[in-house]
Formats: sequence, structure tokens, C-alpha cells
Amino acid sequence: MNTMLTVFLKEVKENLRDKRTVTSALLYGPLIGPIIFVLLMNTIITRELNKADQPLKIPVIGAQYAPNLIDALKQQGLLPQPAVANPEAAVRDQDADVVLRIPADFDKSWRKGEASQVEMIYDSSQKETGSSIDRLRRMLETYSRHQGAMRLVARGLSPTMMAPVSVDDRDQSTPQSRAGQMFSILPYFFVLTIFMGGMYLAIDLTAGERERQSLEPLFANPVPRWKVLLGKLGAISVFSLTSLLISVIGFGVCGKIIPAEKLGMTMNLGPVFALQVLLMMLPLVILLASLQTLVAAFAKSYREAQTYLSILMMVPALPSILLSVLPIKVSAWMYAVPLLGQQVGISQLLRGEQLTTMQISTCMISGLIVAVVATVITAQVYRSERLAISV
Amino acid sequence: MIEVKDLHKHFGAVKAVDGVSFKARDGEITGLLGPNGAGKTTTLRMLYTLMTPDQGQVLVDGIDVARDAQAVRRQLGVLPDARGLYKRLTARENIDYFARLQGLDETLTRTRREQLIEALEMADIADRRTEGFSQGQRVKTAIARALVHDPKNVILDEPTNGLDVMATRGLRQFMRRLKDEGRCVLFSSHIMQEVAALCDRIVVIANGRVVADETPDALRAQTGEANLEDAFVKIIGSEEGLSA
Repeated sequence: MNTMLTVFLKEVKENLRDKRTVTSALLYGPLIGPIIFVLLMNTIITRELNKADQPLKIPVIGAQYAPNLIDALKQQGLLPQPAVANPEAAVRDQDADVVLRIPADFDKSWRKGEASQVEMIYDSSQKETGSSIDRLRRMLETYSRHQGAMRLVARGLSPTMMAPVSVDDRDQSTPQSRAGQMFSILPYFFVLTIFMGGMYLAIDLTAGERERQSLEPLFANPVPRWKVLLGKLGAISVFSLTSLLISVIGFGVCGKIIPAEKLGMTMNLGPVFALQVLLMMLPLVILLASLQTLVAAFAKSYREAQTYLSILMMVPALPSILLSVLPIKVSAWMYAVPLLGQQVGISQLLRGEQLTTMQISTCMISGLIVAVVATVITAQVYRSERLAISV
Repeated sequence: MIEVKDLHKHFGAVKAVDGVSFKARDGEITGLLGPNGAGKTTTLRMLYTLMTPDQGQVLVDGIDVARDAQAVRRQLGVLPDARGLYKRLTARENIDYFARLQGLDETLTRTRREQLIEALEMADIADRRTEGFSQGQRVKTAIARALVHDPKNVILDEPTNGLDVMATRGLRQFMRRLKDEGRCVLFSSHIMQEVAALCDRIVVIANGRVVADETPDALRAQTGEANLEDAFVKIIGSEEGLSA
């Protein structure tokens, strides 16, 4: 116990004196998550607010040929813009989402009771234009249906003849659940925080010591290497745990700042959320400390370790990416898979759902088992003769 | 006392140490002399249990390294080839860290540390971070760190490497002092004069084998050379001739 504590205290003291380690563990690492969270939430809020009727600004060519149509569209929220000379080019260059063109003979066919044609000019490969195109089309269809009904009434027929089936939408999504897909990237930031918090220490304590040739004198002391390793893992874990704490507090503060209630969302990022996240993440703190040390033990130099670890950093991103791309249904076994369990659990919390004690403890126990296995493997590598020899 | 019996160690096809045996007695300075790459560092690494021999036995104060490496490490003070100080810690903090790993209590740590700082004349640098230390200051700190637990046996790998004249003189005096305190001092070197000036016994290693194990006088007599350097060249040269 004494050996572990000695190593632990020395590593913490030494690394608190290193500016780069401290800034990355206690500043950049933990604050990346909350900052990206605020950016994401702003995007979501802007998007949701846009859905509420913003006037639709669209250039209209030949508005003078169909004043009634234009008036009706204005009532639905269209704000006609002056005509453009070359609508095709304007759409291609993204100067306009969509351009409405009314031909000169619109009125002539209208009077004859024929179908009058209008043109929507757009480029469907431009992603952001989708909602403008849909809104304009809906407006035109509404107007068309409305006028059709009038014509039927004028001839003494019931308008329902034209609409044998009527559809009513009952969308069950909430702004919160619509935001769920964007939330699914967030658990990765907690993992990233742990990773960044411990990374420089893990490199310094194994690859760094080896490069500076201090492992050899260290191992000449009458202490078993596994105790030295546990002391080092302790130091790494404390740094990454501190990093995680700062991050969770950061999320709590952001949760208060973001005007989520504007959309009727409830953002519970308070103490209960923080506690549940910490519990689920705890095994990952140990697991990542072991894995980082293991990888660093194979590297011959500080730089080499840095390269390996930046590759390792991609691995925890996989569940996040998979879950945000594939529509996988959350099921019980997922909580038993480290990384995936945390991913799923935190996503549920962000969606405003509750986690059971069972789910949280499954997540913790499976994580701890894998963490212990990783530590045992790392201890084996630490015993190897080649580890201490730098030259 | 350190006893080495028929040590072997190979790396791939290279036989780094190929049957080394010698004894380093208490109250004596034993020099391990040999050209670069002769197998000195590998031999010493097996003595302080960093490497496991392929074959052979090492006894430190009668304890077998293979049986109880930890007990052996308690009997040894080691200055490895790699000095490896912690550059963000001061010299004092470096010494304290090793004292705690040796299991010394606070009082004993303080006493031993201050004794060594005085003996090695390093009071002026003791509270400076070791980053930017000169080679001599680094060696002093590493030696203080290695000897803080008052070990009976002291192993020094090329202790004067990179030191200037004054630092070398100081270190030699310190090694004589260790000998006078009755310790077993074993050090390696590739510099003839140094070994001649210090040693009670010289073990000459070449190509992983012991080619001579004598007092300086006996070595001179054996080779018929009055000058130790000539004796050294003669021994190594003839041995290389034999193995070719």
C-alpha cells in the first residue's frame, strides 16, 4: 500500500508541475464536450424555431400574370422577392433555394378552366434547400385544392368528391426526441474527456520514463513492479476523473444557460444526471488508464506513444458513430458492453428518459471486469525485461 | 559481498555475456574493466536483477538473485548506466522518492539524505529542479538517490562517464570513503587510469568473458608490463587473437 501511495503522490506532484498536462487534463479536455454541446443545442433550437412560420423568401418571375395566386401564397407566408434574370444559374449558385416562374399565359388557361402551369426551379442536390422547396410545394397544392373545391361548388358538386380519403397527421415526436440523434454524439465527449485527461500522464509515466531512462533506476528499488504500476494507474485515473468532473459540471452550467424551454424541452443536466454519468463512467476511467498505459508500454518513445494513442482515441468513437447512423433499437444486452453501454445509457438520459438501477449496475460491473482484465494484462507487460531498458 | 558464477546472457544470436564469474569483496573496490560492448552493463544489469540470466548464479550477501530478487535489491545501491532523474522534481525530492520506495521512515530519510548531500557536496543544488543539471550534478543526485537506504553493496555503472576532472576527483574520493566504511564497491569502466587509481581488484572483461581477475600488481606481473595500460592492451589483444 505504501509503495503504491508513494508512487501515486510522486506522479501527481510531478505532473501538476507540467503545464501541458495540466491544461490538457483540466482545461481543453473537459471543456470540449460542453462547448460542442452548446453549439449543437443552438443548431437544434435555431432549426426548431425556423419550423415555426418564418416568411418564405422566394424570387417570383411573372408575378403580375397571377395576382390572385400571389395574394393567396402571401397569406400562407410567402414573401415574394423581385424576379431574377437567370433563375437556373441563381439556383445552381445557391443565390436562391427555389425560384417560382409563372408563364404569361397563366391567366388565359385559368379563364378557360384548364390546368395553368407554374414552374419551380430548384437543385435537389443542395441539401439545405429541401424545406423551402417542400413549403412552396405545399402552398401551391393548398391553393390548387382550394380553387378546385371552389370550381366544384360553383358547378353544384360537393368538394369531398375530390378527396375520398382525408389524412390527419398525429406526430408523436417531441423537440427533445427529434434532438435525440444529435445527442447521440455527446456520450463520446465524456469518453474523450477521460481520454484526454489521462493521456499525457499515461505517456509520461511509461513511455516518457523509459525515454528519460528513469525506469531502470526505479525498478532497482525493492518493490514489485505491479505495485508501481498500480500507483501510476491511480495517478492517471485521478487526473482523468477530475477532468470528467469538470466536464460534467460544465454540462450542468450549459444546461442552465441554453434556452431549451423555448422549445418545451426539459434538460435535466443537474446533480442527478451528473451522478449517473459519473457512476457509469467510473469503470471507463480505470479501463482507459490501463489501455493507455499498455499502449504506451509498447512505444519506444514519447512521440511514438502519442501516435499510437491518437489512433486508440478513435476506438471509443465507434459506438457513437454507429448509433447515430444506424437506427438500432436499444436493448438490454447493450448495457453489458463497455463503451456501448455508457453510450446508450447517457443517450437515454439526454432524451429525458430514466435508467433503472439494473441498467446502471450492469454497465458498471461489465466495465469493471474488462478494466481488471486490462490491468492484469498491463501488469504482465510491465514485468517484461525489455520494458525498463531504454537503450 | 557479491558473487557471480558462470553468467550467460544472449540477445538473439549475440552472446553478450558468455560465462562470467568473479567475486567482489566487502571493504574493497572491484573494477569491471573492458572495452565498450564487452558485456559490462549487461553483467551489472543481471546483478541488480533488471535482467534474468540465461544461465548461472548471482549471490549478494549470500542471497540468490533468482530466489529473492527483492531482498537482493534491498542490499544493493545502484547507479545504472541510465541516470534518469525526474526533471520536474528537485534533487531532494528525487532522493526522498527513492527513500520512500526503500521503505525508510521520515526521520531516517531526512538523516540519510542530509548526510549524503553533505558528503557529495551538493547542498547548493539540493533544492533546484534537476532539469538543466550538469552531468556532474546529475551523477551526484543519482548516487545520493541510490545510496539513501545505506546499502552494504554499491554497484556503479561507468560512474565517471562525462564528468570533468574536478568532479571525477570528487567522485573517486567518495568511492574510497564507501570502501573505508566497509562496503563492497563494484564499478565498471573502460578507462584504464581510473581503474588503476582506485581498485583493489580488477576484473577484465572482453567479448562477454573474464580474461583476467587480479590485483593491479599481479596484473602487471602476469603480463610483464610495468604500465597497466600496456598490460590491459596485451590481455585484451591476446584474448581476441585466441578467439579469432
